[in-house]
Amino acid sequence: MCLGIPGEVLETHDGAGGMRYGTVRFGGASREVCLEFVPDAVVGDFVIVHVGLALSRISPEDAAEVFGYLEEMETLSDLGAEMGEATGGSGIAGPGGP
Amino acid sequence: MKYLDEYRDGGAAQRYAETLRALVTRPWTLMEVCGGQTHSIVRYGIDEMLPPGVTLVHGPGCPVCVTPVAALDRAFRLARRPEVIFTSFGDMLRVPGSRDDLLHVRAEGGDVRVVYSPLDAVAIAEREPGREVVFFAVGFETTAPANAMAVRLAARKGLRNFSLLVAQVRVPPALEAILAEPACRVQGFLAAGHVCAVMGTAEYEPLARRHGVPVVVTGFEPLDLLQGTAMALRQLEEGRCEVEIQYARVVRPEGNAAARRAIEEVFEVTDRGWRGLGDIPRSGLGLNARYAAFDAERRFPDAAPPSREDPECRAGLVLQGRLRPQECPAFGARCTPEHPLGAPMVSSEGACAAYWLYRRRAAAGRVA
Repeated sequence: MCLGIPGEVLETHDGAGGMRYGTVRFGGASREVCLEFVPDAVVGDFVIVHVGLALSRISPEDAAEVFGYLEEMETLSDLGAEMGEATGGSGIAGPGGP
Repeated sequence: MKYLDEYRDGGAAQRYAETLRALVTRPWTLMEVCGGQTHSIVRYGIDEMLPPGVTLVHGPGCPVCVTPVAALDRAFRLARRPEVIFTSFGDMLRVPGSRDDLLHVRAEGGDVRVVYSPLDAVAIAEREPGREVVFFAVGFETTAPANAMAVRLAARKGLRNFSLLVAQVRVPPALEAILAEPACRVQGFLAAGHVCAVMGTAEYEPLARRHGVPVVVTGFEPLDLLQGTAMALRQLEEGRCEVEIQYARVVRPEGNAAARRAIEEVFEVTDRGWRGLGDIPRSGLGLNARYAAFDAERRFPDAAPPSREDPECRAGLVLQGRLRPQECPAFGARCTPEHPLGAPMVSSEGACAAYWLYRRRAAAGRVA
């Protein structure tokens, strides 16, 4: 039920109850979505849509963080392995890594 | 699709699995509290990619599943009333109450309609002014803004034939209840990304501090879950217990101010009973005095006959993370999606449904 789908805002308009709506495209399908909770979302933005309402604007700046963290973890474990070889330790990076 | 496919990259997932093996020195147990995450974990085999000794326990992350049978029975009685159009999300249709489900109610003449959004239920009320339209408002904080908006919209339009049957639940009090159990083995939480997209992270700070557990707000795709798990395990290995956000592309620490305002305008915090966890203080939402006219419980008073859970159903233990679905003797035998004993087998977020969909063959292989 907490399913939220990312989609692209294609246009915005006023709709039922004087609220802000937009057409949002999900892959091949589009539907009308209430944009009342994402006042800063504009055409071209991606939003997370849950049961017909957009709950959040996706931040493109943060979208690649999952890969940045992976590289950080790999650096950590490489460092740990090198330190392990040098000191004969367990090869696990200690607290407060880079 | 953008913002989906890139987070399902198998190569990156394998690299995450390798870094986790290098990171972990001890056994750890984490719990996720979101049925969407449970389904991703089981579907993509995230749990099987983790280092030996690291266990992911499925918590009470399915709002349909934690709805007590008495509340379901009440809903089904309401759905049978001739003046009522009973509207609900689709995954409620097969959920069994004491005696039957919404599909039976519909087969016997009840006007039960599936809607995609509570706003669609408001539109039905507008089109059919001679009928009473009730929306079954089940959900976590993720769904509360949409339900609040439906009530606001109905009020703005002056509709007198729209109401909510509210069974809204809040996540943090349930986490408190789980941690308060003496037998609790959960050492960290993956918190539900979309709940926190609405509510932010402030509610989880005291919980993490008081119980010494890391809380990582996590997304739903395989790489999200692997990163969230890595962040929680790294905290545990380093002796930290902080609230961190993995799902930063969607979740801001302060949540969504407009959505929270809508919740606060329409709802108030109430006590609520959870299947499997019992009554938990302040764990639910109910309509406040200003919007009481939209409360289906007030509009349709009901002397509840006693309800009964199927004694064979172990949903309570599954919801507490104390029993895995396949360990239940009824799983796949006397309990299937066609003939469910309890909600977790048929809700789209239920843990039993996830194992039925993605792990049935593996289970059969093990039995053989």
